[in-house]
Amino acid sequence: MSTYYNPADLAKFGNITEWQSEMGNKFFAYYAEVFKDGALTEREKSLIALAVAHAVQCPYCIDAYTSDSLQKGADEAQMMEAVHVAAAIKGGAALVHGVQMMNKAKELSM
Amino acid sequence: MKSLLARHAPLADTAYQLTVLTQAEAEGAHLPSFAHKLQQSGLLPLLPTGLSVMQINVGKMCNQVCKHCHVDAGPDRTEIMTRATMQLCLDALARTDIATVDLTGGAPEMNPDFRWLVEQISALGRDIIVRCNLTIIVANKKYHDLPEFFARHRVRVVSSLPHFSAGRTDAQRGEGVFERSIRALQMLNAVGYGQEGSGLSLDLVYNPAGAFMPGSQAGLEREFKQRLGREYGIVFNNLLTITNLPVSRFLEYLLESGNYEGYMDKLVAAYNPVAAANVMCRSTLSIGWDGQLYDCDFNQMLDLTVASPVQHIRDFDEALLNARAIVINQHCYGCTAGAGSSCGGATT
Repeated sequence: MSTYYNPADLAKFGNITEWQSEMGNKFFAYYAEVFKDGALTEREKSLIALAVAHAVQCPYCIDAYTSDSLQKGADEAQMMEAVHVAAAIKGGAALVHGVQMMNKAKELSM
Repeated sequence: MKSLLARHAPLADTAYQLTVLTQAEAEGAHLPSFAHKLQQSGLLPLLPTGLSVMQINVGKMCNQVCKHCHVDAGPDRTEIMTRATMQLCLDALARTDIATVDLTGGAPEMNPDFRWLVEQISALGRDIIVRCNLTIIVANKKYHDLPEFFARHRVRVVSSLPHFSAGRTDAQRGEGVFERSIRALQMLNAVGYGQEGSGLSLDLVYNPAGAFMPGSQAGLEREFKQRLGREYGIVFNNLLTITNLPVSRFLEYLLESGNYEGYMDKLVAAYNPVAAANVMCRSTLSIGWDGQLYDCDFNQMLDLTVASPVQHIRDFDEALLNARAIVINQHCYGCTAGAGSSCGGATT
């Protein structure tokens, strides 16, 4: 079955440099720098990435950062809580726009 | 859960395991041969660098049945080293200046002559490592004084604890193992193990509980120290990260869960020539419960004996053994992936 997403494509991520090496290489250098141990631990960064992966609904990223979070020592509870953080922000982002809806409705109503 | 042997599982046959490991290569070079990789790194044949560790596997009997066990150890395994074979090991040791003796199993403490062996090695003035699964200390009254016994002989205790959470530990090592491990660690701490200035070394071993590689050893050590200290008041010296090799029950898990190919791909992609140069088999001699000699504990479990005229500890000859080439196979990718893996943790 042909689909838009193929799990095997994840391993080909590095190939994006083939068509624009300068920008691609700069991106990967930046990417590597971002995920290094810093003020946040590698495990914390991996959990943030896992949450963001769910928010942006990127199946490649969910695959990669589930694996990476486990590798960095996260457990199931931590990973699911990260997903809930993404869900809370996404849900909250939808709901907070309800204020705009309320403002507009009030503006238009007698 | 029972051992592969007790279940008469096909993988209990080491020849079958080797067939599985080499099949993918034969079926279209999907996985490059480890020998080829080593050759590209200028390391073939893989040669010893000098013997500094004698690792003695005193038997396959264990009180635990861990899902990932490369020994296929468990309560149903009866292979055990006799005192006579231990004496042969001691005789060989006395003729060398090997600094460290590493005792493993199974649960080495279940060998009835274990304490005698520790006392003899101690008398020879060599450093002793005991690979203690922790729960053995609380398994039975007769083992409760092990922490004091270890301390008396200045044994370096190296203990597996796959995670600082009960769920991930019990998933790999069995229900209730985490809680019993914590109690045992507290008993070790109580006699001074892991405490600053005591000189009693307690290292923990992290094996990933699944089909993924270990993360950074330093990062995981920080996490483990923080969590175990905060939640249970436990202190320890170092965390050693070890990659699971596709052997025995871990191989069974990989095959049954559909992770075999993906895991091997990960190991091959992470091949590190620096780690390859630092593999532990170059400085270790592994002795089986029956006195047979191997390059490492993994080769031992695959029945891959040393490529040397010296095959048994009774015929020990350091010069001849140092002249051998180390036996390799596809499972060796496990020790050379990423930061490298050995019984002493990451190698790079």
